[in-house]
Amino acid sequence: MDLFEYQARDMFEKHGVPVLAGAIATTPEEARAAAEQIGPKSGGVTVVKAQVKTGGRGKAGGVKVTKSPDEAQAAAEAILGMDIKGHTVGTVMIAQGARIAEEYYFSVLLDRANRTYLAMCSKEGGMEIEQLAVERPEALARVAVDPNTGIDAAKAQEIVDAAGFDEADKAAITDVIQKLWTVYREEDATLVEVNPLVKTEDGEIIALDGKVTLDENAGFRHADHEALEDTAHADPLEAAAKEKDLNYVKLDGSVGIIGNGAGLVMSTLDVVAYAGEEFGGQKPANFLDIGGGASAEVMANGLHIILSDPQVKSVFVNVFGGITSCDAVANGIVGALDALGDEEDRPLVVRLDGNNVEEGRRILQERNHPLVTIEPTMDGAARRAAELAAGPAAN
Amino acid sequence: MAIFLNADSKVIVQGMTGSEGMKHTQRMLKSGTDIVGGVNPRKAGTTVDFEGGVSVPVYGTVKEAIEATGANVSVIFVPAQFTKAAAVEAIDAGIPLAVVITEGVAVKDTAELYNYAKDKGTTRIVGPNCPGLITPGVSNAGIIPADISGTGRIGLVSKSGTLTYQMMYELRDFGFSSAVGIGGDPIIGTTHIDCLEAFQNDPDTDAIVMIGEIGGDAEERAAAYIKEHVTKPVVGYVAGFTAPEGKTMGHAGAIVSGSSGTAQAKKEALEAAGVKVGKTPSETADLMREIMQGIAK
Repeated sequence: MDLFEYQARDMFEKHGVPVLAGAIATTPEEARAAAEQIGPKSGGVTVVKAQVKTGGRGKAGGVKVTKSPDEAQAAAEAILGMDIKGHTVGTVMIAQGARIAEEYYFSVLLDRANRTYLAMCSKEGGMEIEQLAVERPEALARVAVDPNTGIDAAKAQEIVDAAGFDEADKAAITDVIQKLWTVYREEDATLVEVNPLVKTEDGEIIALDGKVTLDENAGFRHADHEALEDTAHADPLEAAAKEKDLNYVKLDGSVGIIGNGAGLVMSTLDVVAYAGEEFGGQKPANFLDIGGGASAEVMANGLHIILSDPQVKSVFVNVFGGITSCDAVANGIVGALDALGDEEDRPLVVRLDGNNVEEGRRILQERNHPLVTIEPTMDGAARRAAELAAGPAAN
Repeated sequence: MAIFLNADSKVIVQGMTGSEGMKHTQRMLKSGTDIVGGVNPRKAGTTVDFEGGVSVPVYGTVKEAIEATGANVSVIFVPAQFTKAAAVEAIDAGIPLAVVITEGVAVKDTAELYNYAKDKGTTRIVGPNCPGLITPGVSNAGIIPADISGTGRIGLVSKSGTLTYQMMYELRDFGFSSAVGIGGDPIIGTTHIDCLEAFQNDPDTDAIVMIGEIGGDAEERAAAYIKEHVTKPVVGYVAGFTAPEGKTMGHAGAIVSGSSGTAQAKKEALEAAGVKVGKTPSETADLMREIMQGIAK
């Protein structure tokens, strides 16, 4: 789960990372009130920043420096509702202004290849770090971090040495780096990034803009993380699926997909997209993994979610029963269709193999539902589902 | 022979007395696995009866189980929040192979337990969030259904459980030396490369199927390894060509971020290493079938 900047800021503050005062607003009036409160800390100057989970907001006009509450209100008026790379701005942060002397970069993240963590640090912050990594890789220090020892004083020293900071700044920066490590470890983050980490004209080190990604699997240790979720921007079908504990991702196509196991479902999306090329470019409408050992109820819930997507024109159920039993899947299909009754007219293509497949096929054959077609192979079923989604016009 | 799991494998189950543990211990026993014990400190000294008249003793710790039975494999079914502690216990006891089936393990816990095992140097970790591994007809450590395919000379390594089953089913006429589900989490204990190396050195394996998926660069690194070190034929499959950027596809590790982790990049890297890559699982199986028929002649 990616956090908004203001959420990252609050989390930094909780762990003692130096940050500037900031408050959020969802209306221009709230922005004005926030600027009235925060502005006096920095000679009336505040920065109004769009809260979006994407980069490049500065270039898009999503960050404005303002000198009065009037200006802050006007800036918020302009920024709220703005579209930045497909993200609509619903919230702005009004932050205290800062006199910036230098801009640095720091991050700690998961290093999948080495199965450790990686700290990255540079004296040249502010710009897009991907760009720096390509153009001047020598300016970006990369230091491996052992998950079991973390960033202690010695490791922080190694990082600032590698980044080549001035001796005079090192003590303050190592202190902030260790606090950012505390955020990473204690909050179960997979990314903590500060860009820029600034030195002010007064010589203070401050985390000016932060990005934090939290590990959703660690929720059991963090009851407070659930409240950080952005429910306002969630897709309604994804939200409904989540409520039923279903692993669902909405896509843009016309063939609804249900399968068991993440890999098989991903593969099903691909096979449908290939088959769909022949039928006017039919594409998968979603990813839905019912998981291992799914019951008839889970299967029926999944089918309900998929059929509540008006873009769906046909459905492909692709199950290889390992732990999942094909008879439970068949019962789920029959149950869901019977519950939907005559109102449902979209066809289902079903491919079952593996655990208890004969019984699964028998249940479907016996019910002989007019909307259901059983296909023996995954590729054949994908083709049939794509063909049905295209409708008679494509034939 | 086979890889990691063979006729000498004596298996204990951590979390055997839980519902998942019970169900899968029964299945493992049915497929011929030599299950020598379970571990649960609260039920130490008791035994659990399974169908077929098998009675399995429960030990208080992994260490006691090893001392009493000579166990050399542990399969871990404990809930995600206790997985790290269970794995650390197995590592401390020096078990050579720990197979972590549990899904939903926090990545910090996996990072810590993997590096702990690496520093100790005595335990291979498979998983987490994986179906485990099977040497058909010999031993089965995990949840891969034993009745999909029998023994043969194809080696299989896969990030995905159900694609493992699908591929074993498609190639059941040839059979498998071993099949290893390594899991799709961001950090895993045993990688494609570890399995490729083991299959290359296994005299009972003639050819290898490698199944990958979007996210990370494990497939690219495996491709580089194949180019350098693998002389046996390898056929590949990568899932997730249609996955959009920034959306996690079920497995915590299956996410395309920016230009990295795409299925296309992985396919190209594998093909550049001489690996034939199928467009669908069935096409991949056909590519392997051709190779095996060539070897048979």
